Amino acid sequence: MKNILEINNVNKIYRNSLKALDNIKLNIREGEIFSLLGPNGAGKSTLINSICGIVNFNSGTIKINGYDNIKEYRKARQMTGIVPQELYLESFETVWKNVNYSRGLFGKPQNHKYVESLLKLLSLWDKKDSKIKELSGGMKRRVLIAKALSHQPKLLFLDEPTASIDVELRKETWDIVRKLNKNGTTIVLTTHYIEEAEELSTRVAIINDGKIILVDETDKLIKKLGEKSIKIQLKNEIINLNENIKNKYNLKINKNILTFKYNIKEDSINLTEMLNDIENDGYQIKDFITEQSSLEEIFIKLIKENKKS
Amino acid sequence: MNYFGVKAILIHELDRFKRTLLQSLASPIITTSLYFIVFGTAIGSRIKEIDGINYGSYIVPGMIMLTILTQALSNASFAIYFQKFTSTIYEIHAAPLSSFEIILGFVGAAAIKSVIIGLIIIITAGFFVDIEIQHPILMIFFLILTSITFSLFGFIVGLYADGFEGLQIIPILVITPLTFLGGSFYSITMLPEFWQNISLLNPVLYLISGFRYSFYEVSDVSLLTSIITIFTILISCILFISYTFIKGYKIKN
Repeated sequence: MKNILEINNVNKIYRNSLKALDNIKLNIREGEIFSLLGPNGAGKSTLINSICGIVNFNSGTIKINGYDNIKEYRKARQMTGIVPQELYLESFETVWKNVNYSRGLFGKPQNHKYVESLLKLLSLWDKKDSKIKELSGGMKRRVLIAKALSHQPKLLFLDEPTASIDVELRKETWDIVRKLNKNGTTIVLTTHYIEEAEELSTRVAIINDGKIILVDETDKLIKKLGEKSIKIQLKNEIINLNENIKNKYNLKINKNILTFKYNIKEDSINLTEMLNDIENDGYQIKDFITEQSSLEEIFIKLIKENKKS
Repeated sequence: MNYFGVKAILIHELDRFKRTLLQSLASPIITTSLYFIVFGTAIGSRIKEIDGINYGSYIVPGMIMLTILTQALSNASFAIYFQKFTSTIYEIHAAPLSSFEIILGFVGAAAIKSVIIGLIIIITAGFFVDIEIQHPILMIFFLILTSITFSLFGFIVGLYADGFEGLQIIPILVITPLTFLGGSFYSITMLPEFWQNISLLNPVLYLISGFRYSFYEVSDVSLLTSIITIFTILISCILFISYTFIKGYKIKN
């Protein structure tokens, strides 16, 4: 698949000597939903602000659909739209004027039909003449999305789209993201909610202290780094389980439940053999419960490892 | 050139002017009327003429200058500072706009407002005194160039201001005193020689003098010096803004 965004060796050092971006290399594929995951202050916003021209980076190159975002900034920026984390809007302007203003800024002539369809897509059409100050928080966020999409960008950045909003609004935002992606927009979102990345994105990058620690497909990442556990429920309480079996599989015993933890990467695990060993020791198996570690657990593990190194 | 982008900023800023039309227009009209009552009637009754011009008419160019200098500066500084204050400036940065286009949009809007206000003051003044404009093209030249120059100056003030208080410092502490001391309501020939020489250090004197020449063909300094002064201020502002944009200071992180 074609890369719509290519970031090479990008560095950013703020005036206070804080290195916000450390040799970032990242490619985003056209048509995907990509999550940039990291704790507060990891460099997520600095990275997307550098891509969109809001922050000046010190070195490296950023290409959007093949256009250098410094040398060919006009073409590059027409490709991108950004939805900021905070509700940065002019309260006294109407929705209609706000969205048309954004379209104009990006060098596009008026297109009332398109803006109308956009407002309808985001369920804002009946509010087009309302002033921003009259809207709810959810509507304001949708206005920001409409503004970011007003010039029909190929690549949309959402900076913490669901930060500090309630569960209902979060689901609504996710639905919008999926809808936009279905319509052909590539989406990059920053988040520190693992659930959000897991729910929405096809690929994920983990960023910490300005460095990209890992980039992978969300499912693969969970498979690759995820720990699985099997809880084996036996018919009777476990008394005197063979020590050899217990040590071989590192089993933990709790009443009639044996817990076996393993990493999906390891090929040496033979579950059939383990179950046979348990049965041969005189125990009858009643039930199984399998659990897989979430992206959140992987994320914490990676951040900890990164800090140690 | 991103024409639609510049147009969007211009329309957006002029919309704000329309939204606050009453304050925008009432303020200069009331202020002009008050100046006429205080200076034209109370003081003017004791000063019949300056350089052969009726005192009431003589002060009109100075009054217009006083208003457009402060209005251009305030409008431009507020426009850019407000975007910084509300953080909506992120959109300007993210848009495919060059520094020149951003300035053109903001400064253009502030200058248009100032020119409108200047013309309204001329009309208002016409109700109180007789006004002649000997050189209308020169008058328009000064009106537009001064509006642009001080809108640029205001843009700089707005970029560097750290609070709404900061926006007020330059108009109140610098522009208004310089305008009052720059011969808005008198000719510097009425001052003792020492103060005349001091007044010549005031750049606003040259703007008022040149502007007054376009009305009545009377001035305290030569027309050429006035034109050179306005261009010098204009170029200084352009250079300073260019430097600020290149460095990204106060605009981008």
